[in-house]
Amino acid sequence: MSNGNSLKTYKNLLEVRDLRTHFKTDAGIVKAVDGISFTLNEGETIGIVGESGSGKSVTNLSIMRLIQSPPGKIVGGEIIFENKDILKLSQRELRHIRGNEISMIFQDPMTSLNPFLKISTQMVETIRLHQNISRKEALAKSIDMLKLVGIPAAEERIHNYPHQFSGGMRQRVMIGMALSCEAKILIADEPTTALDVTIQAQILELIQELAKKLNTAVILITHDLGVVAGMCDSVCVMYAGKIVEKAKTEKLYAHPAHPYTDGLIQSVPRLDKAHDGKLFSIKGQPPNVIDLPDCCPFHPRCHKVMEVCRHHYPPTKDLGDGHEVSCWLYIDKKEHPDA
Amino acid sequence: MTKYIIKRLLGIIPTLLVIITISFFIVRVAPGGPFDGERALPEVVKRNIEAKYHINDPLIMQYGRYMFDVLRGDLGPSYRYKDHDVNFYIFESLPNSMILGVIAISISIIFGITSGMLAALRQNTWVDYLSMAFAVIGISVPLFVIGPVLQYFFAMKLQWLPTSGWFTSGDGWKTVILPAITLAFAHFATIARLTRSSMLDTLRSDYIRTAKAKGMKNSTIIFKHTMKGTMLPIVSYLGPAFAGIITGSVVVEQVFRIPGLGKFFVQSSFNRDYTLIVGVVIVYSVILVIMNFIVDILYSLLDPRITYK
Ligand SMILES: Nc1ncnc2c1ncn2[C@@H]1O[C@H](COP(=O)(O)OP(=O)(O)OP(=O)(O)O)[C@@H](O)[C@H]1O
Ligand SMILES: [Mg+2]
Repeated sequence: MSNGNSLKTYKNLLEVRDLRTHFKTDAGIVKAVDGISFTLNEGETIGIVGESGSGKSVTNLSIMRLIQSPPGKIVGGEIIFENKDILKLSQRELRHIRGNEISMIFQDPMTSLNPFLKISTQMVETIRLHQNISRKEALAKSIDMLKLVGIPAAEERIHNYPHQFSGGMRQRVMIGMALSCEAKILIADEPTTALDVTIQAQILELIQELAKKLNTAVILITHDLGVVAGMCDSVCVMYAGKIVEKAKTEKLYAHPAHPYTDGLIQSVPRLDKAHDGKLFSIKGQPPNVIDLPDCCPFHPRCHKVMEVCRHHYPPTKDLGDGHEVSCWLYIDKKEHPDA
Repeated sequence: MTKYIIKRLLGIIPTLLVIITISFFIVRVAPGGPFDGERALPEVVKRNIEAKYHINDPLIMQYGRYMFDVLRGDLGPSYRYKDHDVNFYIFESLPNSMILGVIAISISIIFGITSGMLAALRQNTWVDYLSMAFAVIGISVPLFVIGPVLQYFFAMKLQWLPTSGWFTSGDGWKTVILPAITLAFAHFATIARLTRSSMLDTLRSDYIRTAKAKGMKNSTIIFKHTMKGTMLPIVSYLGPAFAGIITGSVVVEQVFRIPGLGKFFVQSSFNRDYTLIVGVVIVYSVILVIMNFIVDILYSLLDPRITYK
């Protein structure tokens, strides 16, 4: 379905509505993702940022239905891709989407490739899974992909095993493999966290460049706001399993609404702003997402905390132009519930 | 690779020499001796024995003579059994233990790996619980209980199989079945548990998640992506286990009256039968060293990260 008409219908490529993924643990129910909604448009790159444990990975594994169950379970919500709810697909339909329509790159390139199989085997099997072509053609295509992601001597290197590649090279291979079926969406879960700083920029540029070339929409997970600024069209800020603020990237940087977002932006080291040698950091620890009471989970760390924040989770307020925030600061005092 | 194999094979020789030397001296250092009977021996007999076994020579000379014989493949005369020498007893009984051992280990590999895999793939279902319950029985119930229980049901009650005996006793291959199953039990249990935990580990690994994210079928993932990773710990367990099982089991040999090598491990020690002790130790060491060598080769075939030069 690649005529112009359907392109228009699929302007909203992926829509996540009120997604909830919980884990049953001995200590209680971990509400790792608790009511998340966002939309990904065609060719768009969105960033998901948040501290460790805020539920970024769980969100994206849920989209692919890759949550380990037990202990995990998607307990609510919809994930609409091409007018179908991914959560309701059969295993067969799901396999058609995985790797073909939506592909994924993981955080740790050292362990994400199968150490027992040659790169060629792993790439060829991916392509032949979704395209009806011969082994030879698939191999040729894999070599082309490796060249595209900048692997030197790809014709020979493709017959190597993963351990014969460096971390950066392995992540390039992962990217090449993920994009070899021309997926419409690429989910990149902290693709550079495990890599050297010098290589990080290269890998991110590569993702950006290929996404543009292949018109792939990207969900980029990161805890680095600097990366977001350079790459993403819009940003979702996650805190304790919820999206607390969502906006176009420039908007978010220019006018961060949520005190947490504000704190995140201030804690990015900057050269153009004089500071007294100290880096800003948000006080306190991220909350334990086990049995969270119905309050704003950020309130113990918030410097603008009000009484209402301690007892009620704030509703989401649209500040205009898709800039949404969940914070009592933006709710009219008259509408505050009695604490 | 060929170079590595040759190097390894040459390396086996000094290992064995060290083992032989140590066991030669240790058995002689241990208190008691082969001729410490309750009755004092007549002077003539004693003199004859001393002459035959060169007991009065300095130990180092005895050692030199023994090593010289061993290198020519002669494990010397037994200190206890007068009819034949050590070579005879070992090579008469070892094939029986080997036949039994190979059958037993095959049974335990086939059933152990199958039930371990099923348990891992159906984790926390009745399949898992059943096969792990079996494994617990196999690990905790000793062979001298399992053996007689099997004899009671399959030989005495059902009369399907002979209670004991060996090929020569007229029942032919039927005699192998019960002892092989008994011997297989303990190894089956360990292999099943090992397979289960190893497979669960592999299934949880990042690269399996990648395979799923690529849209691969579960069956393909299991056979193409998890098998090698799952097999590694099992291969390293099987090496020594195989060496142990084909050199015989005293218990199973006693229960089923099988003329195997196992009994010599125990009897020779009781008898302070120096040459027989060292003889069986040599046989066991040779097999163990070869098995470890095979494990290493298998490892390098399974895991591309391991290369030998
Ligand atoms: N298998 C699991 N069992 C129990 N809890 C889990 C499991 N996987 C994730 N969680 C919990 O879900 C929460 C969100 O985890 P998630 O991995 O999504 O965080 P993240 O935002 O990706 O963090 P990071 O930046 O460290 O990758 C965490 O509190 C984590 O403890
Ligand atoms: Mg994560």
